[in-house]
Amino acid sequence: MAIHSRHLLAIEGLHPPQIAAMLDLAESYVLLSRTGTTPRDRLRGRTLINLFFEDSTRTRTSFELAGKRLGADVINMPVATSSVNKGETLLDTASTLNAMNCDLLVIRHASSGAPALLARKVDAAVINAGDGTHEHPTQALLDALTIRRRLGGLQGLVVAICGDILHSRVARSNIHLLSAMGSRVRVVGPPTLIPPEAERLGIEVFHDMKAGLAGADVVMALRLQQERMTGGLVPSTREYFRFFGLDAEKLAYAKPQALVMHPGPMNRGVEIASRVADDPDRSVIREQVEMGVAVRMAVLDMLAHAGIPGGPRP
Amino acid sequence: MSGILFHNVRLIDPASGLDQNASLLVQGGVIADHGSALGRPDGAEVIDGEGAVLCPGLVDMRVEVGEPGGEYRENIPSAALAAAFGGITTVAALPDSKPAIDDPALVRLLRTRGEETGSLTVHPYGALTRGCRGEELAELGLLREAGAVAFTDGARAIGPAKLMRLALTYARMFSAVIVQHPEEPSLAAGGAATEGELATRLGLPGIPAAAEALMVARDIALARLTGGAVHFAHVSTAAALELIRRAKHEGLRITCDTAPPYFDLNETAIGNWRSYAKLSPPLRADADRQAVAAALADGTIDAVASDHQPRDPDDKRLPFAQAAPGGAGLATLLGITLAQVHNGTIPLPRALAMLTAAPARILGLSCGTLAKGAAADLTLFDPERAWRVTAGALPGRAQNTPFDGRALEGRVLGTWKAGRQVFGANA
Repeated sequence: MAIHSRHLLAIEGLHPPQIAAMLDLAESYVLLSRTGTTPRDRLRGRTLINLFFEDSTRTRTSFELAGKRLGADVINMPVATSSVNKGETLLDTASTLNAMNCDLLVIRHASSGAPALLARKVDAAVINAGDGTHEHPTQALLDALTIRRRLGGLQGLVVAICGDILHSRVARSNIHLLSAMGSRVRVVGPPTLIPPEAERLGIEVFHDMKAGLAGADVVMALRLQQERMTGGLVPSTREYFRFFGLDAEKLAYAKPQALVMHPGPMNRGVEIASRVADDPDRSVIREQVEMGVAVRMAVLDMLAHAGIPGGPRP
Repeated sequence: MSGILFHNVRLIDPASGLDQNASLLVQGGVIADHGSALGRPDGAEVIDGEGAVLCPGLVDMRVEVGEPGGEYRENIPSAALAAAFGGITTVAALPDSKPAIDDPALVRLLRTRGEETGSLTVHPYGALTRGCRGEELAELGLLREAGAVAFTDGARAIGPAKLMRLALTYARMFSAVIVQHPEEPSLAAGGAATEGELATRLGLPGIPAAAEALMVARDIALARLTGGAVHFAHVSTAAALELIRRAKHEGLRITCDTAPPYFDLNETAIGNWRSYAKLSPPLRADADRQAVAAALADGTIDAVASDHQPRDPDDKRLPFAQAAPGGAGLATLLGITLAQVHNGTIPLPRALAMLTAAPARILGLSCGTLAKGAAADLTLFDPERAWRVTAGALPGRAQNTPFDGRALEGRVLGTWKAGRQVFGANA
């Protein structure tokens, strides 16, 4: 049952003590990062490979920085332009990487389940940095850390996740993590962007921002990919903004001091209004980025050593 | 305050089940009261109905008003004349105009054009897809906010199953009904008449009756999958009606209407190449016509709509296969429906329910009732009075009636919009 302790492939299946342990360690790394006193010997001699099959700037940079702050040797493999395009399968790539004896493998891939497949074939600890529409565990951890630091905990909070739930790995990881930690999760979006049987994940589904945001402690806006429009799931950005764009009027339905979050990168004027995104009293979007580095330091640290503690005994 | 007292009338209000000889008082444009012992307020005009029927102004849920883009065939003022003659005070206007009603500003324009007539309320349908082209969804939310009553691509079927699924899913957010022209496009393409012996003898490309049942079956499955609401327009075949009957029994959100040609005429009306009887869907075999009439009686069909499709003589004076389909229907909606009362198929209150309360309910409109406080949209008609339909002498611009020469029993004596007479002897 402690299958997730050697890798971090998903939030689903993690136990609350494991999540809490990662958040606690990350918390300490926030302070050390701010003072520039991170333990550079913690991952000395360890190799971290960033294997990004999908374009990413922020997440890749965040992992790179996290590894370097702990002293790891960080390699970025530009797989989008390498042997993968020459026809090499994912498992051939895995076998190649295995021969290089790396310790930590951070993977982002367009196919759900690709990190899990890789994890069965390599000796390194595998960290899922986003797989298809499945999960993005470190994003959920950094969101939880941001909320915990601001509001003091996660138990009993009402969190509204708004927008394209159907295609969002961020939403899925957040749903699992926040539910496990005792928050009440709602998703709000047009019916075309809510996955079938979503209620079965233990969440409440809304198609109306007014009802969905009522009494929320945290409002999380998700990115609406431009291709969703061409795919016909949403008629236009102006209609989307009218009904689901997080502006001051809709935010007013939530609790007076509700936090505003966004995993980035933002489409201003589509899923979020600039006035809300840039509101220093409400928006914690920049803080999320800072927490991202601390959370990834904690994850790398644990996986490079004993794994994630706190799982059930086998 | 003055007003109008209708007395000596048979009041029929299908919404409440009212059917009695009584009086009805209109004050300030709304229905103030009705009953058997109403006094005459000072200054009120008194109209002696002489036993005629007074019912809510008819609600016609499927009308092409000609605007924008087809004004030489019909426009909203001319359609309003035909409607008032036919006792119709509210229409739902189809969106497959040129341009299509896929922008909120166009919805507001049509509503305003209706208000300007003073006699006809126009509730526009919103285009389901941009340009009614059947490709990507129109801005249903913004159209709904502007006043679109439901969504449809008009005479064009919503073809791809994926698009229909998406539409039903998305429209659920606004509790909006999707109105389908139930005809599988790949089977109907190029067809001019119902497939069968007559089309074979005439050498016309056929549309199988099954094209309708196929689309109805598919959309019922999609309604079940999505929880969305589908309304099938101008249903014309026994097979489709049987599917609808079962879907309703199952409790799905399915409704349907038909148009007078489909229970009054059969395919033989196109004999001698009468292009005025070329309709979409095409007139069917008599067994289907009988099934439509039976479905009026058993409640499978919720509403009767005129399916008014104005066509110019130039659209019709063409070889049959090239002639445009569609018939004018506003003026004859009530009369042809009453023929089913006179032949004993349905009772009069049931006929009027399909012309008032039912379409209002499907579209979520507050009209179509004689409730106290409702706008005084009223139709006074003599169910026995005879008249003859004559193409060329109908009110409004569109003269392309498939009922030319038909003798009808049941004529509108007067029509009132919000308490103001807009048709009849004193209008």
